[in-house]
Amino acid sequence: MAIITVQRPKLAWHEKAFISTLFKGLKITLSHALRTFLQIAGKKPKVTMEYPEQKWDDQLPDYYRGAPALVTDEHERERCVSCQLCEFICPPKAITITPGEIPSDDPWAKVEKRPKEFEIDMIRCIYCGMCEEVCPEQAIFLRKDYAITGLSRKEMVHDKKRLYEIGGQRVGLVNKWNELK
Amino acid sequence: MPAPEAAPAPAAPPPADLVNVQIDGVWLKFPKGTRMIEACKQAKKEVPHYCYHPKLSSPGNCRMCLVEMGMPPRPAPGQEPEKDEHGMPKIGWMPRPVIACANTVAEGMGIRTESTLTQEVRKGVMEFLLINHPLDCPICDQAGECRLQEFSVEHGKGESRFREEKVKKPKNVDIGPRVRLDDERCIMCSRCIRFTAEIADAPVLGFTERGSYTTLAVHPGKRLEHNYSLNTVDICPVGALTSNDFRFQQRVWFLTETNSICQGCGRGCNMETHARGDTIYRQTPRENNDVNSNWMCDRGRLDFHFVNSEFRLTDPMVKNQGKHEVTSWKKAIQAVANAAVGVKGEEIAIIASARMTNEELFFVKQLAKILGTENVDVIPRLGEGDNYLSAADKNPNSNGAKLILGSEPGSKLAGITELMSRGRLRVVLALGENLLKCGFERRDLEKIPSLVTLHILANASAELSQIVLPGNAYAEKRGSMINVTGRLQRMDRAVNAPGNARDTWEILRDLVVACGGSNGLHSIEDVFSRLAAEVPAFQGLSFAKIGDLGVPVLETDEKIPLLEREKERKAKGIIVG
Ligand code: SF4
Ligand code: SF4
Ligand code: SF4
Ligand code: SF4
Ligand code: FES
Repeated sequence: MAIITVQRPKLAWHEKAFISTLFKGLKITLSHALRTFLQIAGKKPKVTMEYPEQKWDDQLPDYYRGAPALVTDEHERERCVSCQLCEFICPPKAITITPGEIPSDDPWAKVEKRPKEFEIDMIRCIYCGMCEEVCPEQAIFLRKDYAITGLSRKEMVHDKKRLYEIGGQRVGLVNKWNELK
Repeated sequence: MPAPEAAPAPAAPPPADLVNVQIDGVWLKFPKGTRMIEACKQAKKEVPHYCYHPKLSSPGNCRMCLVEMGMPPRPAPGQEPEKDEHGMPKIGWMPRPVIACANTVAEGMGIRTESTLTQEVRKGVMEFLLINHPLDCPICDQAGECRLQEFSVEHGKGESRFREEKVKKPKNVDIGPRVRLDDERCIMCSRCIRFTAEIADAPVLGFTERGSYTTLAVHPGKRLEHNYSLNTVDICPVGALTSNDFRFQQRVWFLTETNSICQGCGRGCNMETHARGDTIYRQTPRENNDVNSNWMCDRGRLDFHFVNSEFRLTDPMVKNQGKHEVTSWKKAIQAVANAAVGVKGEEIAIIASARMTNEELFFVKQLAKILGTENVDVIPRLGEGDNYLSAADKNPNSNGAKLILGSEPGSKLAGITELMSRGRLRVVLALGENLLKCGFERRDLEKIPSLVTLHILANASAELSQIVLPGNAYAEKRGSMINVTGRLQRMDRAVNAPGNARDTWEILRDLVVACGGSNGLHSIEDVFSRLAAEVPAFQGLSFAKIGDLGVPVLETDEKIPLLEREKERKAKGIIVG
């Protein structure tokens, strides 16, 4: 490995005694103080919000990538047909699906398939949005929930019930399982 | 480029009549009578196809295999045929494409598999096939191994121009106990119809209606229920026929395939075991033209659920005051040795299984030798064979047992039973068999002071045993077997054994060592090499040399009815074979 000799900078006496650096620091601090003072005087203060008492949720953009969740459509139908593409694509393997058959007496029997169980391990999830992108049924979306907490690993696994709670209903999506299909 | 490198010619002694064929600009030689599609395949130019199957007749009804074709034009009288730069007669290309599956090659023929015309017609055929096709892929079991998906990606348009309403057809139709039909997905290739009519001799399927309303159906009052019905699911290029057993269980892209051998009977059909993690989801036949062609029976194919069973033995157990207690492998093996060593040979019996691999049987023999007993045998399983593949011998390795143990399977059982009922046996090792299910009486088994069971399931005889050793199931082991036609075949490990269950051959080896034997066999390859040195039929073989398709080692006069008929049909030119 090549060795590069670096020349030490030559310092003046006031630099060696930290006097000039002290003044540089003071200048930055005072300029910030002055700016804040002017903002308060002009009634436009920019201050730190007191999370979690205060939240900025209404400002989240539509493309915000929070917790992935399952949605139902306007007919209360589970949109997911358990094709398991999201399970396949998910980079950290956070999704585990147990597919199931829709019984023949169900009003949506013609869809034939839906998840018996659907689990997303939120310790693993990296909020990448691949599941939403890959889903051919528009059944999984990243919502705006970001504060996912739990006291145990088990609590951090979202099961099917929880996923539909977070996801709720989505209307106006493509409905290919209607009569025209 | 200098002309033709010969295509792999058939091994038949009379030199095959070869013809020159140009495929995508390269001149090659093929035996006369070769189908164009097979010639292209040998030239590594795969032609997409649906209805063509080498083991079935070729009706040429899907039109997916259309290619551009040409022949040298017939010269006018006195005219010399024009030559191309290879010195071959110039080809006059035909304006309309021909199907490659049902036509054979001819001298001077030219085939273009990549030309604009060929690509255009493929695109057209794909568009027609997809017009009424449902958007079922997310719920279709075939997705991921679907020819329609694959070819629509490779040759399709990517967008539908069809604005009318799609034709509706019956979905989720129950046509048999093991197969389900979705008519909307059917592309009318008729492979299933031909299979049931030509191979299974149970022509229960057919088309009804016409045009875009053509619908596959079972004949009124009939069901698709013969023992070979699931082969239709394998050959259906789309998801129209799916297996009830596999339905919605797992997506195919999660499955890994392992080469294995069916254990259902002595035929030893070659198959692939499909598993995700340590769970088996399905088994499918693997082509071997000396054993099972491309088929296997439903019974054998579905006989894997016991491997995933909740009744699997997971720990070695020793009975203490009438109750089984989990113990370590070391203690369990030692307990067997303690019970057996020092007991007179004639008071010991070993009842092994012809479902064991050759390698396991090798240790059974060693164990018998070291314990000095002659009472060693396997349980024969005679059933009914059929006129297709299923053999009457329901044990997969009777020939191996006969060869390695050196006696006819079952010949010593009467003697052993007799000794047992007279209470003469002090130690009985039941290896891989549930004795209560094999004709032994509970009261006789209760008389045995040391009954040892090596099995994979917690069954009634294991319950009776003083020592229980959990072995591994066929899908969890590597090893070799000899089928009824005398073919030595190999199987690989598809999944891991549950809990503390171990490789059966390792348990047997440890028993041999604990009873005073010694050997340095640490891998299945070593064991097979030792077998090859001791058994003349295996001479010169190694585990690796068995290969994926096996090698014949014994002469038997057993014929495979289904293969005989296929050979006949091939000789007549009905099928490619
Ligand atoms: S957001 Fe990404 S990491 Fe999270 S479940 Fe979806 S695919 Fe997996
Ligand atoms: S990709 Fe969509 S439809 Fe498929 S399993 Fe995931 S959520 Fe369900
Ligand atoms: S048959 Fe193939 S193309 Fe049709 S729905 Fe099934 S996977 Fe999709
Ligand atoms: S069900 Fe399958 S094999 Fe039978 S005709 Fe239809 S597409 Fe072909
Ligand atoms: S494969 Fe040739 S027409 Fe179907």
